[in-house]
Amino acid sequence: MAKLYSKKPKSDFKLNPKDETISFILNYSKALSVINYKSMKFESLQN
Amino acid sequence: MIMQKELISDAQLVSNYIRGEESALEVLITRHKQRIYSFIYSKVFDRDISEDIFQDTFIKVIRTLKRGKYNEEGKFLPWVMRIAHNLVIDHFRKNSRMPKFDNSGDFNIFSVISDNALNAEKTIIKGQVEADVRRLIDELPEDQKEVLVMRMYKDMSFKEISERTGVSINTALGRMRYALINMRKVIEKHNIVLTN
Repeated sequence: MAKLYSKKPKSDFKLNPKDETISFILNYSKALSVINYKSMKFESLQN
Repeated sequence: MIMQKELISDAQLVSNYIRGEESALEVLITRHKQRIYSFIYSKVFDRDISEDIFQDTFIKVIRTLKRGKYNEEGKFLPWVMRIAHNLVIDHFRKNSRMPKFDNSGDFNIFSVISDNALNAEKTIIKGQVEADVRRLIDELPEDQKEVLVMRMYKDMSFKEISERTGVSINTALGRMRYALINMRKVIEKHNIVLTN
């Protein structure tokens, strides 16, 4: 009786992204540098 | 070493990352990846698209942090979730304009119909933005706050405002103008993001 109106959680998925995706993100971060010149910002991706 | 990482707050990790400690980003991602990825998947129900959106989310996170545009208020995860959520919306907008054909070659009507569950998420975001705006208004000088609240929240005309507050219409108009200028200054100063 008590469970009649229980709400299912919106998402009960427990999934993870692939290791390749994480690697890409971390490499992107290492490669990205932001240079400030006067009031402008320049992004450059190394290698 | 692992225990040490668990004791460091998100705010500290973000701060370390901005100062150049790349490993701090890895800790943040490891800590929150399941929550963020699962959220994305629960909307799009496609692993490949979820990978793309997850990746794009963190590219935006990285660019904002490295550009020094992040305002730390102890809300790293909600901020990232908001970015992910907006990218999910972008994905649905793009897809509803162009019907997507699945691999079998049959036209799938369900990829054209938009996801109504997003309206609940939009409502939550709207609530958050409104709460943020209210907090900004609370910071204003009393006379400016009074005029702004009467105008925006009570829909009063400037004539009614001037009568209620006992000042001329021009004064009321001036206070409203300064209220908006001051709010914009605070928003700019703290790099607050209020919109999608």
